[in-house]
Amino acid sequence: MKRADGRKADELRPVTIKVGVIPNANGSAMVAMGKTIAVAAVYGPRYLHPRFKQKYEKALLNTVYMMVPFSTNERVRPGPSRRSHEICKVTREALEGVVCLEEYPKAVVDVYINIIQANAGTRTAGINAASVALADAGISMKDLVASAAAGKIGDEYVLDLAGKEEEETDCDVPVAYVPGQDKISLLQMDGKLPPEDVEKVIRTAIEGCKQMYEKQKAALRERWVQKG
Amino acid sequence: MPELLKNEKDFVVPGEKIVESMDYIPGRNCFRDGNAIRSKKIGVVSVAGRVISIIPLNGTYAPKVGDMILGEVIDIQSNGWVVDIGIAHSAYLPLSGIREFIDTTRTQLSSVYNIGDLIYSKISNLNGPDSIHLSMDDVRCRKLRGGRVLDINAAKVPRLIGREGSMIRMIKDKTRCNICVGQNGIIWMDGENQDIALEAIGEIERQPQQDGLTDKIAAMLDSRVKPLQTQTMVTNSTAAEKPSPTGPEPEVAGE
Repeated sequence: MKRADGRKADELRPVTIKVGVIPNANGSAMVAMGKTIAVAAVYGPRYLHPRFKQKYEKALLNTVYMMVPFSTNERVRPGPSRRSHEICKVTREALEGVVCLEEYPKAVVDVYINIIQANAGTRTAGINAASVALADAGISMKDLVASAAAGKIGDEYVLDLAGKEEEETDCDVPVAYVPGQDKISLLQMDGKLPPEDVEKVIRTAIEGCKQMYEKQKAALRERWVQKG
Repeated sequence: MPELLKNEKDFVVPGEKIVESMDYIPGRNCFRDGNAIRSKKIGVVSVAGRVISIIPLNGTYAPKVGDMILGEVIDIQSNGWVVDIGIAHSAYLPLSGIREFIDTTRTQLSSVYNIGDLIYSKISNLNGPDSIHLSMDDVRCRKLRGGRVLDINAAKVPRLIGREGSMIRMIKDKTRCNICVGQNGIIWMDGENQDIALEAIGEIERQPQQDGLTDKIAAMLDSRVKPLQTQTMVTNSTAAEKPSPTGPEPEVAGE
């Protein structure tokens, strides 16, 4: 099967990762997966105000996912929506497991994710960018988190759905994966799928996550290792 | 001893496996995962005997006992001062941490250190990451008056100080500027050629890893700093003497 953009079924969109794109942040990263572009900025660990939100034994991970108004063909109304609220939550939960929050009690780590161009798979791009930005900020983490989505079009399991594919597929399964521990930290499913296919779709997504992980490592290396 | 998967000075990202063996012990910024030792941060590997640690390349300042740090007094309590040291948690300087005896029934604590004062002090005790105790019980500790303050990335402070203080001593000697570097990345300076010293510090912060950094900074300072008037007279008559640094020199904690 040939996909709309000529990719193979188990191929990611072309990925570009740039680290350190926001000079004022402690850490930042831009992840472009095809036409989807996410920019993440990390601030902290820093003092958490108001104080009642402080947790005694660990830091608070505050993730803010936002689509900028010009990110799609149709203008996105600024401000929190039901959808962005949900993505903030799943992003936080995907990252919480790897960030060593207990090392920064009472503090906050702010992660701001902006989608500046959307063409399907924004939450996966956002998690990829946030994970690289957290590492770039020098925050203690047990591992990086890589994320990719998969689906099923016709009889094929396809990786990293783009644009129109999101409408053709039977389901859209975004997965966030912790490579070092071989664990999944985000698993959602939009659509219907027979039970016997679920595992295969997840495995397809994990393969994509592994590819993404290598790209994340390479991007961090490029930012921090001097050439020559 | 089993072979290391990452050698000394290799770059690692969080989660990267450094060694798969119980013969090694995880030190700072790494953790044990099963038999393996993995990194917690982006940084370079450092091996000291059996202990593996990671020298971080970025991140906020992690307090250590014995570090000399700069901070601003932000609050006065009945028994001491609360000091902002540029991280998520503020530090506490108790009355017992200062050298002179103060009778709190007769003296206001604000007459010793007032809100807004900048102090150079030592971390005397750490009780978890959110309980940092300071003391002024060191000859280098003092209150800093006047001058200017700047903030740099704490991960780059060792570069600015250099091996046994070589880099910062050179900047101080060549610019004749008084500089006081806190391990927490807050820097105070006063005196001559502040702008040139500032530029040198900025260059070190931007390009901490480059080769021959000391020579490059030395060349930059030599070309920018005008020699002392008195020194030019000396060179006319006798052999060149090293200009003596002006004013009392604040000492700097070694690497």
